[in-house]
Amino acid sequence: MSVLTNPAAVTRIVPAVVFDVKRPQRMIERSAFVYRRSWMILVSGFFEPLFYLLSIRIGLSALIGDVETGGRLVPYDEFVAPGLMAASAMNGAVFDSTMNVFFKIKHSRLYDAVLATPLSAGDVAVGEITFAVIRGALYSTAFMLTMWALGMVSSPWIVLSVPACVLIGFAFASLGMALTTYMRSWEDFEYVPALTLPLFLFSATFYPLSQYGDFAWAVQFSPLYHGVELVRAANLGEWDVSILAHAGVLVALTIVGTVIAARRIERLLLT
Amino acid sequence: MSTPAAIRVFARDWTYFKRIWKSVLIGSVLQPMMYLLGVGLGVGSLVDRGADSAELLGGVSYAAFYATAVIATTAMFVAGQEALWPTMDGFSWSYAYRAQTSTPIEPTDVALGLMLHYGLRSLLSTAGVVVVLTFFADTRNPGLLLTLPVGVLTGWAFAMPFAAWTATRETDSSFPAIMRFGIIPMFLFGGAFYPVEQLPDWLEPVAWITPLWHGIELCRGAVLGGLGGGMAVVHLAALIGFVTAGLVAASVTFTKRLRV
Repeated sequence: MSVLTNPAAVTRIVPAVVFDVKRPQRMIERSAFVYRRSWMILVSGFFEPLFYLLSIRIGLSALIGDVETGGRLVPYDEFVAPGLMAASAMNGAVFDSTMNVFFKIKHSRLYDAVLATPLSAGDVAVGEITFAVIRGALYSTAFMLTMWALGMVSSPWIVLSVPACVLIGFAFASLGMALTTYMRSWEDFEYVPALTLPLFLFSATFYPLSQYGDFAWAVQFSPLYHGVELVRAANLGEWDVSILAHAGVLVALTIVGTVIAARRIERLLLT
Repeated sequence: MSTPAAIRVFARDWTYFKRIWKSVLIGSVLQPMMYLLGVGLGVGSLVDRGADSAELLGGVSYAAFYATAVIATTAMFVAGQEALWPTMDGFSWSYAYRAQTSTPIEPTDVALGLMLHYGLRSLLSTAGVVVVLTFFADTRNPGLLLTLPVGVLTGWAFAMPFAAWTATRETDSSFPAIMRFGIIPMFLFGGAFYPVEQLPDWLEPVAWITPLWHGIELCRGAVLGGLGGGMAVVHLAALIGFVTAGLVAASVTFTKRLRV
């Protein structure tokens, strides 16, 4: 019997926590209150991509000159900026959903306290992911404005880079949260950069796909690559049907990550 | 003669290190390798196509130019971070240094023991990079051996002042700012990715006073040549100056923090 004809089967695929979302805004409110006291952390996070952009503009652009992407030549800094924008959306989402969530589960026991109130496990999952995405969207907007101010933008379509980064944020936040539920101790977090650094370096971020030669097919397996392609298309203002495929990959990863994370969190918290 | 107190402090770190070396290996060996491949070879192939890039890089390939700097940047990252969070643990979280100094061990012995620990961590991770550099013809030469002590000095030039600072802090709230506004800008603007001559005129002198630039220039000079004896002495003196000042400062702040 298919899922469509049997409503009960839906709950077996989509975990129960998604159905008992009542007050996720209370979770978001709590995060907002916390960050009101440590806004410096929020603000300083924006400088890192700025330093990267400036450094590449000053040094590597002069060494490299123009690069071919999407069938036209663009200056190297204009090529690399969308890659860095996508990567910083990934890094922000991963940090928020691994280190921060682990601390709240194991040390501050925040979620245990939350569940002692009328809030549900679903509220925790939806509220936390939403706040991470809001935070990511703020960073992406700041990043886009910086690119624009430094003259690295070549099309007004660049405004679509922010929703593209939100999509990247959703995918990596849900995958990161799923991964965190399997972490045993802080030492396990050494393995997180072992996963994200190769994605950062080898997702056609720093040089076009053609440079990978015979290994170009392998780059397709990087979730970040699909995000980079979306942001780069926004910057060039050139869209074709492949965009749907790139966005589709990120949506699919978000669904897989959320389902695993919600199931595991429910089990971790309620038993 | 009994074992020097600093060695006893170091022995504790070594015991712990033997338990967690696998996850450490990823941070200090695997990550630099990925940078070597991703930036050195990948971006390098774009750079080497440039008409006047060979001239800007002093006649060497970009992979060789960048890879020699990775020795120093790795030492900076590994030893610098070791002097922040893990050292804070000994002061504020596990109270290990408090326990050590309740024995005949003095606060200065703790600082010296940690110095041995930072030195070993720098040596192991730079050695990992050096081994990889022997695989490439451009960087395979006896000068690589000279970069090992330079890596240790560079690591200390960051770790000792940082440890001195850590001893004055109750929480780690200032550490992300040190990374974001100290370490990362040095990594990006300290001459690792391109010669500092390319920086704007006002920024170039800033690079001169960073320990990282001195470490990079020494590593690059040892492997690729092109560094005069006089400048080598200046770079060495600068690094030793940072290490000495850091050790003196650490000795003062450790004593202040740990004296009962």
